[in-house]
Amino acid sequence: MIWNPNKECMSRDEMSALQGKRLHKIVEYVYHNVPFYRNKLQEMDIRPDDIQTIEDIKKLPFTTKKDLRDNYPFGLQAAPQSEIIRVHASSGTTGNPTIVGYTRKDVGVWSECMARCLTSYGITRDDIFSVAYGYGLFTGGLGAHYGVEHLGASVIPAGTGNTEKHLKLIRDLGITGIACTPSYALYLAETMDKLGIKKEDLKLRSGAFGAEPWTESMRKEIEERLGLKGYNLYGLSEIMGPCVSYECQEQHGSHICEDHFYPEVINPVTLEPLPNGQSGELVFTTLTKEGMPLLRYRTRDLCSLMTGQCNCGRTAIRMSRIEGRSDDMLIIRGINVFPSQVESVVLSMPEFAPRYMLIVDRVNNLDTLQVQVELRQEYFTATFDTPAAIDDLEKRLAAKLKSVLSISAKVQLKAPGTLERSQGKSAHIIDKRKL
Amino acid sequence: MTIHQLSVFLENTSGTLVQVLQQLKKANVQLVAITIADTAEYGILRIVCAEPLRACEELKKAGIAVAVSDVFALELDNKPGCAADVVELFSKVGISITYVYTFLYGGKGILVFRTDNTELACKTIVENNLPYISEESLAQWA
Repeated sequence: MIWNPNKECMSRDEMSALQGKRLHKIVEYVYHNVPFYRNKLQEMDIRPDDIQTIEDIKKLPFTTKKDLRDNYPFGLQAAPQSEIIRVHASSGTTGNPTIVGYTRKDVGVWSECMARCLTSYGITRDDIFSVAYGYGLFTGGLGAHYGVEHLGASVIPAGTGNTEKHLKLIRDLGITGIACTPSYALYLAETMDKLGIKKEDLKLRSGAFGAEPWTESMRKEIEERLGLKGYNLYGLSEIMGPCVSYECQEQHGSHICEDHFYPEVINPVTLEPLPNGQSGELVFTTLTKEGMPLLRYRTRDLCSLMTGQCNCGRTAIRMSRIEGRSDDMLIIRGINVFPSQVESVVLSMPEFAPRYMLIVDRVNNLDTLQVQVELRQEYFTATFDTPAAIDDLEKRLAAKLKSVLSISAKVQLKAPGTLERSQGKSAHIIDKRKL
Repeated sequence: MTIHQLSVFLENTSGTLVQVLQQLKKANVQLVAITIADTAEYGILRIVCAEPLRACEELKKAGIAVAVSDVFALELDNKPGCAADVVELFSKVGISITYVYTFLYGGKGILVFRTDNTELACKTIVENNLPYISEESLAQWA
């Protein structure tokens, strides 16, 4: 099913024309309403009339997370406060959070795009859908919530607390769809085991998972343990929230709502746009946003773009899975290390839970990497009743890590349930180096 | 001829041992012996108790990494040299012992050990008529 075939299946020429028209309008809008952008454009000697087609986007300046922080709280807001009906704040681990204001029209676009995602996951107005993202300043909860309401399904605003009660509702109400982080989905599965609830007791059939990177093996595990089909849902609060892109039944990349969010992939070092198919940093320009429109916002997410019509019938451009974060990249002993590489190794060994923590330090001027992993309870068997056997398991993981990362890492085993589960974006890295 | 021993993975941080012991207390499990094989970062807590299978289920429910190992428990006279003589019987037939510990019970020395060669160990025990503790007699200790 397709929610909005007019947009999701538009011919490429029509889409480019629409994007060009909207880009011109948004540049004109920020030029007149956001001093930050007016100054930048004037410095580069660009007038709104210089931007007529979508190809002209290459002339425009980039926007970074730092720009948002420097203009905290409302410096990049284009609409007057009287038009803003909602404000979200992104999790700022360092310094100021990022404040994003939405006008009524923005919330409408968000709901529309979210309805496209849900329809693509097979959700209809006949479904009962539970939103188990955090509600509040984080965009996940309310963003998904409004989409479900717009679509017309029954929304259960479960949030992330009280998992046992949530599971009871999933079972007793016959909830068929759920949106949450992949790690929370696994936490649900663990709680099911604890309470003796089997997937056959539940009617779940479709899950919208996002807000943190996950892998194919994680998807398989979630699908197997919850008895549903799991779809990728991508978004970021700076651009809108969950709804920016979504997987279809083909699950070969995520379709971007590109009539509202124009994607580019650039080389994060040279900032040159890369041809489709090449991996680089994902950049979005909001084409219709009123509250806080952004030009060429650098997401720091690494992925590639795919063109060509999808078997599902949609023509909308697709993005690959997020392969990593350009700012998560750690340089350890001169080697580039992406946490996603560690994740893929951890997930390939069933003895470990799909969680990890990287601890980077510098001892005697030498970088050290420690990888903490959690033993999976059901894999701790009589074979592991000696330190020699456990050391052997650690060594096997260390050897795999070394072959993937090209540097050696020290493995530390943790007891089941001791590594933190994320309810929003995961934090997998502690860098103790004082540089 | 073997008894069930619980093996629990423990991180070397304060509070992990007490968590396991409190769970066993809550389940009203009678402990017979505990010992820890420790390394720099973690330990393996080995527990001999009455009703080991029920105890194992209780610990699993609490999310603890626990496994059941089959170990031998021999009853020796509490006199110098008894352990040496018994271990020598196994050594002579080429049985290697993975780990061993002892405790006193009812005036007797109990020698607990694990070996990967269970069959030969059983044979040696029968041939030498060594008194061993069975799972049933363990239950009576409670």
